Amino acid sequence: MIDRMLETRSLALDRFDWRFLGLIAAILSLGVLSIYSVTYAQPGGGTPMYAKQLAWIAIGCAAFVAALAVDYHKISRLSYVLYALLLVLLVVVLVAGKTSRGAQRWIPIGPFVFQPSEFAKLILVLTLATYYAKSPRQGWTQRVVLPGLIMMPGLLLILKQPDLGSGLSYFSIYVSMLLVVGMRSKAMGTLLLFAVMLFPFAWEMVWGSLHDYQRERIMTFVDPAHDTGGKGYHGLQSRIAIGSGELLGKGLYGGTQSQLKFLPEGHTDFVFAVFAEEWGFLGVLVLLGLFAGLIWLSLEIALKAKDMLGALLAAGLIAMLAFCLVINIGMTAGLFPIVGIPLPLMSYGGSSIVATMAALGLLLNIKRRRLTLFY
Amino acid sequence: MSARGGTQHDELRELQERLLLFKISLLMVVGLLAMRLWYLQINEGAYYRDLSENNRTRAVVLEPVRGLIYDRQGVLLANNVPSFGLYVSLEDVKDRKTLIQSLVTLVGLDETTVRKKLSERGSKLLPRKVKDGLTLREAALIESHRLDLPGVTVRAESQRNYPNGAAAAHLLGYVGEVSSEQLDKPESAELHLGSIIGQYGVEKTYDRFLRGRAGQKTVEVDALGHEKRTVEIDKPQAGDDLYLTIDARLQTLAEQLLGEEFGAIVAIETGTGDVLAMASRPVFDPNVLSRELTPKQWEKIVQDEGHPLTNRATQGQYPPGSTFKIVVAAAGLETGSVNTATKVRCTGGFPFGGRVYHDWKAFGHGVMDVVDAIVDSCDVFFYTIGQRMGIDTMAAFAERFGLGRETGIELPSERAGIVPSTAWKTRARNEPWMPGETVSAAIGQGYTTVTPMQMVMLMATVANNGGSFRPRIVRAIKERATGQVLELPSVPRPRLALKQETYDLLHESLAGVVTRGTAGRARSTLVQIAGKTGTAQTAALKDDRKKEHEIPKKLRDHAWFVSYAPADEPRIAVAVLVENMGHGGSWAAPLAKQVIEAYVKLQPAEPVTADAAPFDTPPVAVAMRSAHD
Repeated sequence: MIDRMLETRSLALDRFDWRFLGLIAAILSLGVLSIYSVTYAQPGGGTPMYAKQLAWIAIGCAAFVAALAVDYHKISRLSYVLYALLLVLLVVVLVAGKTSRGAQRWIPIGPFVFQPSEFAKLILVLTLATYYAKSPRQGWTQRVVLPGLIMMPGLLLILKQPDLGSGLSYFSIYVSMLLVVGMRSKAMGTLLLFAVMLFPFAWEMVWGSLHDYQRERIMTFVDPAHDTGGKGYHGLQSRIAIGSGELLGKGLYGGTQSQLKFLPEGHTDFVFAVFAEEWGFLGVLVLLGLFAGLIWLSLEIALKAKDMLGALLAAGLIAMLAFCLVINIGMTAGLFPIVGIPLPLMSYGGSSIVATMAALGLLLNIKRRRLTLFY
Repeated sequence: MSARGGTQHDELRELQERLLLFKISLLMVVGLLAMRLWYLQINEGAYYRDLSENNRTRAVVLEPVRGLIYDRQGVLLANNVPSFGLYVSLEDVKDRKTLIQSLVTLVGLDETTVRKKLSERGSKLLPRKVKDGLTLREAALIESHRLDLPGVTVRAESQRNYPNGAAAAHLLGYVGEVSSEQLDKPESAELHLGSIIGQYGVEKTYDRFLRGRAGQKTVEVDALGHEKRTVEIDKPQAGDDLYLTIDARLQTLAEQLLGEEFGAIVAIETGTGDVLAMASRPVFDPNVLSRELTPKQWEKIVQDEGHPLTNRATQGQYPPGSTFKIVVAAAGLETGSVNTATKVRCTGGFPFGGRVYHDWKAFGHGVMDVVDAIVDSCDVFFYTIGQRMGIDTMAAFAERFGLGRETGIELPSERAGIVPSTAWKTRARNEPWMPGETVSAAIGQGYTTVTPMQMVMLMATVANNGGSFRPRIVRAIKERATGQVLELPSVPRPRLALKQETYDLLHESLAGVVTRGTAGRARSTLVQIAGKTGTAQTAALKDDRKKEHEIPKKLRDHAWFVSYAPADEPRIAVAVLVENMGHGGSWAAPLAKQVIEAYVKLQPAEPVTADAAPFDTPPVAVAMRSAHD
């Protein structure tokens, strides 16, 4: 016991940590490369996009270390305070936020803009994990209704911006946590889990059978900021970008779709399409492998966690990352409608990078402290 | 461990078992995404590749047509001619070697230049210019071989053209592609890489009027990069036309008069400040500079010892020589150091501080009053009164006459010259003023430098009894969009308030310089000219006086003549400076006379003043005809 304790106190990284960090670094690099490729030929002064992204990654590393340094049990104790702070920030966004493309999502801080909804997901995971780890989880009310009530104000505030993408991923965390905690029957759990994972594909079948004007009506109803004019165009251009990459891709800077600016938002939400166009199917397989590896290792952490809080926290964080990953790639590949969800670690955007890095830091935190749990 | 801890532990194990399902789901979902991407990129890849190549639109910048430049009579000085540019889109080039070979054989391009242009860093997708100024024949040849030259396009472009070649080159300037440093400036917001802007002369100072506004065309292009159809067009807006104040006939004459000599001639209208002619030699061809230059060509122009890019009228700084005596005389009369009764005996030398300052006339002029001293340009008289006044009084008056600062003419990089004073020397050289330097300064030698532009303004001021106008080179701007002509007003400068007696005496003396003094060669049968000669020493001190032709040309003095006419009712002021030509009276004065005579013949009308001028008629073709009648 003493030995184990000493072992965890040492700061040396083991092989697992190196693999975990290596995967993160690899994905971040591919993201910066794609941003560099898509923005390098664009005129305009100021700091180039990729350099700004590198700066954000540096800040993200600080967030990673911060989330790793403090015992997650201590962080958990702060979760309700953080959640209250988040609600305040979301109200501030609505009152004094910066409006861009019809949505009010950003708080300007000096030269930067800060997007609280990116951090909302992380804080929700923390809050729900804390809740489920401490409270007795008996009956419908305690398991579903109470956490639902906790989650609801944040969701409403995010949808009010409106930010459909962030709202969806926020809500998906609640559902995932329910699944992890609540399902007593293994069969039911399996079924539901599959249903959630297959939802995108099922959606495509239902959605695909609708007429365009029906889709437009639904989209406009759900998301008033939704761009009615450019919708089909955007999806098509994204599919053309990915498809025309074929097996080997068009090479760095060779993406005609993105270089000629057919594909809007090539450096943010559609960075995957840029990557797929320039690196082809082989490149895409490598990237998917990197992401799958990262989530696999995260699952290892969740499986080896030695207390409920650690396991719940890890599961929530994995759900958060996996949801963004699947929805983002799914929407660029034309599997379901376009909602604004960034690709974790790759899309340009400071808040997304910092929040994701903090989540990954927290995961490593859970892994590195699992051996001291019985003290 | 408590019982509760035990249930917790069970719960945890149960939860983690469920998490195993996550692993399976993860693999499935990644597998499904991979399948979808396989479908898009492999199954349908060729289809999407085709879509991406055939269904492309590109944004093409439509360059605006630059405004035209006319002289005051409506004579065209700068226009635009069609030109063909050869462009290559690298992305569409299948075999670069063959392409280069074809271009070399077809239109005789230089192989290494083409290779270099094609390998420069930049987007593969944007067409890059390989050659401009193709002849019509070459353009047709390329077009007829179009199918063998994928990626090659010929574009008709507008090329700046100066129909009179080097005429008024320094005034008009030239155009060129905007540099990256220029693009970084806030006023370049409307420009893009490749924009043509004025780089010199009026082309530069009035660029924002001349350049117009670029438009944009969205075109659909096929896989070979050829435009298939225009999707959307935002038409460019042509630039505004300029009407200059110069008279092309006087300008041509002034340039012919200078010939191969280095120097400058500036003529302005005293009643308006209008620049009628501004010649500077040696000169450059703006047509050459407005095209793409090779680094070698550019180096040759910049390193030319004659500095052809310097506008000697506004940027050439020369010692004023004896023309400065006008300032010294005025200073003396105003401060009371000199009056009409002041007499100085000139014996050909002025002993001071242990050495003798010579007069240009070795044996002296005899007894001189101030009028005679100006007429005969007696150095000893001015040594004496300059010494009496001191350098700072002379400097103060020089500054009041506009020396030592820019005249404000709207041309780039005008120079201010130097008006030395005790304060100036401490500041600029960190040395005390030497008394002997006052003596030299009194006859315009030493540190003092002026530009021909400053001197012509000085003469206009004297001619107008102190009144003057800011020099003007553009009299009207014609808006292309509306056809409206915007007349630019003459802007009066603060009056130089000297006593009327001072002006009267200066008028009398300056007329005498021509009728009975040093500028006899400026005497005209057509019009009475008033002026002052000057000889600007190039070497600071000369030990012995050689004959002019014995001195190497490069070391010879510069010849000045500054003048106005008619002497009684002045309308025009002319400054002439010829480098390394020796005495002003012999070499510069006849040139000024010819310019003035030509002006009087062209404008025999009543004297012109600012409010009743030929400016109330717009300078259009009608005005040009009437001038010919």
